[in-house]
Amino acid sequence: MTASSPEFVPGPKIKEPRIRSGRVRPGAEQWSWRFMRISGPILVVLILTHLFVNLMTGDGISQIDFAFVAGKWAAPLWQWWDFLMLALAMLHGGNGMRLLINDYAHRAWLKKLLHGALGVAVIGIIVLGSLVIWTFDPCPVDADLSLLPSFCEDVR
Amino acid sequence: MWMWVVHRVTGVAIFFFLLIHVLDTTLVRVSPEAYNDVIGSYKTPIYGLVEAGLVAAIILHAFNGLRIIAVDHSTWALRHQKQLVWAVWIIFVVLMAGFLPRHLGHVFGGAW
Repeated sequence: MTASSPEFVPGPKIKEPRIRSGRVRPGAEQWSWRFMRISGPILVVLILTHLFVNLMTGDGISQIDFAFVAGKWAAPLWQWWDFLMLALAMLHGGNGMRLLINDYAHRAWLKKLLHGALGVAVIGIIVLGSLVIWTFDPCPVDADLSLLPSFCEDVR
Repeated sequence: MWMWVVHRVTGVAIFFFLLIHVLDTTLVRVSPEAYNDVIGSYKTPIYGLVEAGLVAAIILHAFNGLRIIAVDHSTWALRHQKQLVWAVWIIFVVLMAGFLPRHLGHVFGGAW
């Protein structure tokens, strides 16, 4: 039997997939895939350490107040730690949400709207969080001294 | 299949918490009082339980994510992927067993 014979059946006709994945840029999607696999393990270390230091050591959740945060961010190590955590987590989570929107939002306008809102949220939160970390003042001059970390007494 | 669902659900939950968590931390730039007020509400029993759920979601997402990477990169992990799913749940139970008594002790103030 040859391809030109009338009995030739090239195989079952495959139906269009029910859900169009929307993953149309293979190069970009490969970078997205790589980014998730590189940022993932880094985030595991950053976040589990963050949770351990803040919730397991000392008085756990009860110890968290302005003085606790100020004490941590007085050290560049924790500023960089939290900045890296913020940026990687928002990009990792934002990319994950983008994939979910591709999978579940079928209407073009809805997909566009959700992708737009997601982009604004991701960029907005990274910018806001970075400003907070890098412009933070552990000893604001007009604040009640009892709410500040103990080293502020020496600064005054 | 179920781990795929777990990964998506925990991922979405963590994402939305992260948005809120950055916003509440932003209050340290407003004033010590504003930050302490909002964080104070996180120390109540209801939020304490939500935080426990959040830590659970993070641990599951973290170790299931590592399992996915392992299965993609090694044929050994691919062959043992069922056992690795068990490993994820065992690690989850062990870490939660370490975390929950301590955290709930802080939240409910009992002698844990």
